[in-house]
This record gives sequence, structure tokens and C-alpha cells, in this order.
Amino acid sequence: MDSEIKIKSESVDFFYGKAQALKNINLDVYKNQVTAIIGPSGCGKSTFIRLLNRMNELVPNTTLSGKIYLDGRDILDPSVDAVEIRRQVGMVFQKPNPFPKSIFDNISYGLKVNGIKDRPFIEEKVEWSLKKAALWPEVKDRLGDSALKLSGGQQQRLCIARSLAIESKVILFDEPCASLDPISTAKIEELIAELKREYTIVIVTHNMQQAARVSDHTAFFLMGELIEFGKTQDIFTKPSDPKTEAYITGRFG
Amino acid sequence: MKAKIIQNTGFFFLFLCMFITLFFLGIIIYFIFTRGIQVISWDFLTQAPRNAMTEGGIAPVIVGTFYLILGSMLFAVPLGLACAIYLCEYSPKTIAVNIIRISINNLAGVPSVVFGLFGLAVFVKFFGFGVSILSGSLTLGILALPLVISASQEALIAVPHSIREASFSLGASKWQTIKRIVLPTALPGILTGVILSIGRVAGETAPILFTAAAFYKRGYPNSIFSEVMALPYHIYALMTEGAHPAKQKAIAYGSSLILLAMVLIISGIAIFIRQRQRGTHG
Repeated sequence: MDSEIKIKSESVDFFYGKAQALKNINLDVYKNQVTAIIGPSGCGKSTFIRLLNRMNELVPNTTLSGKIYLDGRDILDPSVDAVEIRRQVGMVFQKPNPFPKSIFDNISYGLKVNGIKDRPFIEEKVEWSLKKAALWPEVKDRLGDSALKLSGGQQQRLCIARSLAIESKVILFDEPCASLDPISTAKIEELIAELKREYTIVIVTHNMQQAARVSDHTAFFLMGELIEFGKTQDIFTKPSDPKTEAYITGRFG
Repeated sequence: MKAKIIQNTGFFFLFLCMFITLFFLGIIIYFIFTRGIQVISWDFLTQAPRNAMTEGGIAPVIVGTFYLILGSMLFAVPLGLACAIYLCEYSPKTIAVNIIRISINNLAGVPSVVFGLFGLAVFVKFFGFGVSILSGSLTLGILALPLVISASQEALIAVPHSIREASFSLGASKWQTIKRIVLPTALPGILTGVILSIGRVAGETAPILFTAAAFYKRGYPNSIFSEVMALPYHIYALMTEGAHPAKQKAIAYGSSLILLAMVLIISGIAIFIRQRQRGTHG
């Protein structure tokens, strides 16, 4: 494991009420690589990545302990503003969730809430992020149209563009292709492969082939525990834990 | 075969119910229109009543109603919306807050004459606003508040959680999310509530009876402390008092038609705004 560590989680425990969702998670996410998190439904993988941009604190009645470092800084420290963390750590959700606004406004929103008012800069940034998200050719003539008129795959790429625009350095994907057809899925995967040159990516997926295709490292979660973490190649060819093997060969999950 | 007959009979009854409803609506509009249209003229709309309200127009009455609607909405919409935002977005989900919610819904069921008495006691007497546009607007505003609050709450709750999360994930604060995402998305629903309450407020007689309405007043209101004539009360007065019932009756129907038209026009504007909003927002 030769790359620089971007995010480090140290003995993270997380509870919804009294139910423990994560047990002592220690996981490193490497810079400019794709880390896939796999595991059956309810194993805590979404819960885990939602800690990385502090989205879980919007859920009432939860408890969290442990430490999560982003570039060496503990983001769970009470003095750290969650809003600032979310600007650095973008998120793409399971179902495309564009705002009911124009395509242009969907992208410019993140810039505006971050205090950017310079119109030429915003226009430039919108074009830049749409190009980066491989959506520009499809929408360049209709930036004023409602984002809800786009197809599901296009909406998901718009959501990716939205995160890119605010210059997030880490992008979390929470089952980004769960509601997409195979062609749209392929496009998103290509995009992820492209983006990892400049971004650090964490992707939660139910699709094992997808994890194998796009990721450099894979973490296997089961019942809130991190069972195994390693290079994707190793996890899929010679898993060291029998539970991992059982899961990737489809014996449960 | 039997299922099909039952289904067709069912459809027929549903259609019949809808038809009966439309039939009554049609009759109401037909009666008001045919009886009211006879007295409608340019003068009717622009002149003040003359000759013990048996001649002339109803211009000050229209203006009075308009002021009352405007005043009550200026009061009820910001306050109601703020309340709804607090209850939906900020308040902790406790029993106390639930009781507040239920109370607000119950407030909508309070008879309007009770609001009238409340307005008399509080705005006219206690605050000393007198019988005035201000007292009437505040009383009507309080009557409209529960409608505005519950419609706004419904609209806010209907905004999908997913787009709020999207906003937070882009580094927006809670207030930015509410102001820029939640409110614009909820606006059509909020406007529907406003439209409904305008219809309600425009037609209410009891709340303004003791707080704003004058039986007859010369000229136009010149301040928020003026008494006003208002359409619903004017219609009531024409039909129950005065020495020339026949002439007055015609004017009462004319006034009803104008009241109906006013509500339709104001609702029309609100619907237009709502549609335009829906257009750009998907």
C-alpha cells in the first residue's frame, strides 16, 4: 500500500438509538484511488460513508465515537464545521436527486451557497464541471431546461458535476448505479475511472462486478463490522476470511 | 361478467356524484350571473352608492374588500409561513409541538363569528384600533392563519428528503437549504393555501361585522384606521335593511357577482404564478 492516506478512520462505533450499526471500524482510504465498500444490505456500508462527510448527524438520536481524519485532521472534532467538511467531501446518492431547478442552477447552487457571486466565473465553472462529468455535449444547448427533464443516467452525472463544481477533493458514491440501466452504469463507471486521477473516491456498491471493475481497494462489511480490507485483486481472488469468500462467491447476501 | 356489471355500475354512480356537484356549482354561477349582470356597468364599478344605496355603484365597497384581503394576507402569509417553517424544519419533535400542531388544525374549525368577537375585544377595544381596516385585516388574518399554516406545512413536508440531503452535501447550511431549495419547491403548495384562504377571507362577513365593516360610508377609506364597506357585509345589508328591497336586491346580486369575480381574478393570478413556478421547477 504505497499511496498517501486521504481519509483514516480509527475505531469508529456508531449507533442508531441503541442499535449498533458500526463496530470498531478501522479503514484507510488512499488518495487518488477508488475504494469500494461491499457487503449485504444493512451491513453498515452506507452508514459508514455518510460519516465521512458528516451527513449522519442530520439523523436524530445517533451516537458516534472514534476518530475520522481527513488529511490528518479529525473531522469529528466539535470545533470542525460540518458545512466546511461537506465542501471538501462531495456525495453522490443512490437515487439521482437533482434540484427542481435548471441544469445550470443545479451546478451553480453549490458555488452560490459557498459565497461565490462572480457570474463569469460561475459560468466557466458550470461548463468545466459538466465537461468533467461527461455531460456537456448532451446539455450544452439547454442549460436553462429543468434538470428533471434529463434521463436518470444524465441526472446522476449532473449530480456528480454538482460535487465537482465546488472543488471537492473526495467524492463519496452511495450505490450510484442502483437505479440506472447498464449503459448509464457503464458511463458512470468510466467517469469514476477518469475522475480518480484527480479525486479520491469511495463507492458503496451492491454489485460485485462493479466493485471489481472500478476499485483499487475493497472493504467487505458484514453486520457492522469490517471483515476484510485489501487490494481489490486480492479480495476477489484470494480472500483471507471465509466470510468474504462466501459473500463474493454469492453464497449469502 | 358480473364483475364488469358491478364495475360499470360503480363508475356510473361516481360519475353521477360528480355530475350533481357540478350541477349545483353551475346553478349557483348561473343564478348569480344572470341576476347580477343586469346591474353591472362601468358606472357600477367606478361610482359610489347614491340615494340610500339604491343607485350608483359599489366602487368603495370593492376597494374596501380589496384592502381587507390585502391586509389580512400581509399579516397571515408571512406569519403563517414562518410558523410552518419553524414547526416543520426547526422545532423538536416533542409532545408539546404535536399539541401545538393539533391546536392549529383545530383553530381552522372555530366559527368565524367567534373570531369576530375576538377581534372586537382585542383589536378594536384593547389595542384601540377602532372599527377599521386594520382591525378587520388582523381579525381576518387570524382566521386565515391556520389555513396558511397547515397548507404550508403540507407543502414543506412534501419536499423530498433527498434534495435536502443533496443541498447539505454541497456545503449548504440549513437556512440556505430552506431558503433556496425547500421554499421554492414548496411554493406551489403554499400558494394553493394562500388562494384558498383568500377565497375564505373575501367572503367572510362575521369577522368584519364588528371590526371593520360600515353599513354606509361616504367616499373611500383614507387610512388603515378608516371604517370600510366590504362586499359580503354590503350584500347582507342590501338584502336585510333599507326601504327599497327590489332595487337593493338587484344591486346585491350585482355585488355578489363582483365578489365572485374578484375571488376568481385573485385566485387566477395566484394560479398563474404557481404554474409559472412549476414550469421552471420541473
